[in-house]
Amino acid sequence: MKRLLLSAAALIAAPAFAETVAFTGGTVAVGDGSAPIPGGTVVIRDGRVVAAGAGVAVPAGARVVDATGKWVSAGIVASFNTEGLYNGEDIGEGNDTSARTSPFHAAIDVSVAINPMTQAIPVDRASGVTRAIVAPDATGSIFAGQGAVIDLGADPMPVTRARAFQFVELGEAEERRGETRPGRYAQLHDALAEARDFQHSPATFDGRGKDALLTRADAAALLPVIDGRMPLVVHVERASDILQVLDLKRQYPALKLVLFGVSEGWMVAPQIAAAHVPVVTAALANLPASFEALAATESNAGRLEQAGVPVSISTVDVASEGGQRLLKQYAGNLVAITKVPGMTGLDWGHAFATITSGPAAALGMDGEIGSLRAGRRADVVVWDGDPLELSSAPVAVFIDGVQQPLTSRQTRLRDRYLNPTEGALPKAYDR
Amino acid sequence: MSLAACAQAPAAKPKSASASPSSPKLAAPWTTDPYPSTYHAYPGVPTLVTNVTIYDGEGGRIDNGAVLFADGKVVQVGQSIAPPAGATVIDGHGKWVTPGIIDVHSHMGDYPAPGVQANSDGNEATAPTTPEVWAEHSVWPQDPQFSRALMNGGVTTLQILPGSANLMGGRSVIVKNVYARTEQGMKFPGAPYGLKMACGENPKRVYGSKGREPSTRMGNIAVDRMTWAKATEYKRRWEKYEKDGGEPPTRDIAMDTLAGVLDGKILVQNHCYRADEMAIVMDMSKEFGYHVSAFHHGVESYKIADLLKANNVCAAVWADWYGFKMEAYDGIPENLALLQKAGTCAMIHSDDPNGVQHLNQEVAKAQAAGRRAGIAIPDEVAWEWLAINPAKAIGLSDRIGSLKPGKMADVVLWNGNPLSVYSRPDMVWIDGALMYDAKDPKRRPVSDFELGQPGEGDVK
Repeated sequence: MKRLLLSAAALIAAPAFAETVAFTGGTVAVGDGSAPIPGGTVVIRDGRVVAAGAGVAVPAGARVVDATGKWVSAGIVASFNTEGLYNGEDIGEGNDTSARTSPFHAAIDVSVAINPMTQAIPVDRASGVTRAIVAPDATGSIFAGQGAVIDLGADPMPVTRARAFQFVELGEAEERRGETRPGRYAQLHDALAEARDFQHSPATFDGRGKDALLTRADAAALLPVIDGRMPLVVHVERASDILQVLDLKRQYPALKLVLFGVSEGWMVAPQIAAAHVPVVTAALANLPASFEALAATESNAGRLEQAGVPVSISTVDVASEGGQRLLKQYAGNLVAITKVPGMTGLDWGHAFATITSGPAAALGMDGEIGSLRAGRRADVVVWDGDPLELSSAPVAVFIDGVQQPLTSRQTRLRDRYLNPTEGALPKAYDR
Repeated sequence: MSLAACAQAPAAKPKSASASPSSPKLAAPWTTDPYPSTYHAYPGVPTLVTNVTIYDGEGGRIDNGAVLFADGKVVQVGQSIAPPAGATVIDGHGKWVTPGIIDVHSHMGDYPAPGVQANSDGNEATAPTTPEVWAEHSVWPQDPQFSRALMNGGVTTLQILPGSANLMGGRSVIVKNVYARTEQGMKFPGAPYGLKMACGENPKRVYGSKGREPSTRMGNIAVDRMTWAKATEYKRRWEKYEKDGGEPPTRDIAMDTLAGVLDGKILVQNHCYRADEMAIVMDMSKEFGYHVSAFHHGVESYKIADLLKANNVCAAVWADWYGFKMEAYDGIPENLALLQKAGTCAMIHSDDPNGVQHLNQEVAKAQAAGRRAGIAIPDEVAWEWLAINPAKAIGLSDRIGSLKPGKMADVVLWNGNPLSVYSRPDMVWIDGALMYDAKDPKRRPVSDFELGQPGEGDVK
């Protein structure tokens, strides 16, 4: 009966305003790396978290969601993906992930292209993903452009932060077959130097000249990067390449680096830790898929964490055809491998943080999103069981304190075909 | 007849221009086995696992049960078994035992790791129909991916197929997940071949972009039908020769494979996403007198679950992949459960060297999606999607796919419920030989490629 009531609550049309809600009696997963709290309470008000944990008082007048037997957690933050940018990986029409022939590269801003109505957003929202960190694809240059942080809410205003980071591609991707490593590093160093020139003398910057590698807009986009006001996310896999990227800080001490991919990160974990650089890696990449990933192992995240590196995970390097909802399975695997002799995994709290506060912290946004710590945006998910377990699913999702619908094209198709045969009318009339 | 087949090389010509009545007839070339398996089971010891939860792979479950295997075969499965003399006894308290997982859709070895162009040998994308190619002739037996499927996934048998660029991609091969120096050393002895066929976007995109037929779905079907018509004629000519003698027909390696399908010896494994296209393919199979063993990917299988059941066609699907291309746009996580509800032969598959490492987890997700849709599938029944059903699709359900006496002893001991995200294989036996032991680094295979490389021998 409680389950039915909660499910009914989840199905009520979400109010368009945030309210005061208390989630009581469930296991609370704050998402900050701490262990789950049985029998805790979460209180949200006016779109923000008031408190989460054991012994939290329920405010008078609050709507109470009884989460007994369930879990209440921070919403998942999906790192470095293409949420909202296209209708499908191989469907070219409407694809806004990359601009192969554009004269602009670092200046590209994906926030103007986010479509909150793409099919994937309701699917991932119903799976507990509440924010996504959207990255452009790099084609034509190592600089892919400026990524955005979005929410997966049902409202039409998805952008949480535009121009949240600059994305640089230094991996051995197919598109850059003709470019050498020295060429890519020269391009990176030269671009940063040109941005610095632009900073010193914007009026005389020759950004339109025939030989310029940077347009004026590109140089302007890189200013906050060299000043450390905007994180520079670099995709890199090989151990020696990671060291080359870390070395950028010698010349640009203010750089706020984030390493992405890093299949061989464990081999240089002490150096990454010493540089205080956060890492976003693939939880399950364990194949020598390329020569830059020969030492890939599922223990990468665990070893990096043990070395003191802040770690979060992404669906990169492993299949993402199921969408960002796969993140919870991947995080669960990081817990599973703690039981395998010779493997290094994470305890539950830290595994969950790799898909909640970890990605937010990598961009310096963990004061705003990614956990149920007081003051954060009220992105709350109620689950019918352990969020990392394969059998569990959300029964309620709140974003900015507003309850969200859990329906999608997928649930509509499922309901239409529970019985595959036609009735008195064609299937097209079943709604 | 078999003596004649042994006596003659398949392509041998009779000495005289006109065969004399006393010359032995050539066997139909699709019935010969020119690249035989040299696989042999490695030595095992009689092994008894006790006090363990058992999913037998055919929908049966025993709690606190026992499994005994010896000489490469399952001997007994039950509640309690007295250990025979000399047997190794393993206490399975808190653990689960299942049959080894079978993945009917793999490109490992053909698209190995590392993914370099030099070893990118999965698609002979030079003509829309290449039934003459055999996936086994591209398998790199040193592919590191095989070890991951074994150690992390508990996968003991794989069907390796050509890719889906072509309408008829060529023959698949069934392999044991046991490293060998040669592909023949991995090949499953006596397993039926498959023929890879593909519908939909891939063939028409590949050839349409070259200005060739097919460039449309109707072109796909037209080329298929023209090719089956030729195969029918080819088979008829060999049957006439078998019956009447005379000059044997000219050997055609491509037509041999298709005639083998028409003869019921080779199983069609059809890549197909859209429900409406699967219906067309099933009608085409009736037109030409063959049978589709399984549709692969089948993202829209749930829309025609009743037709699949009526035609006795299996569906090998993903748990939750969707949306990455137009024909995958309508994928739903309840696909497997809806197929089960309709009584269709359904199974999980990977088509991915990462996914193959957690097919048990994919099944758990599909089972849970079904439960939320009101379809309750017990754990032990869900395991059919990993065991007996894939065994059926590849024509081996009498030899593998369940823990039944007499079956090959492909056994996995899991360190918890294999339908939990938190469980991994503890031990994996293939034909009763211990091929992986999580606690013993000596039972952790390292391929030639990884030997001496960074990360060699590491737990992956």
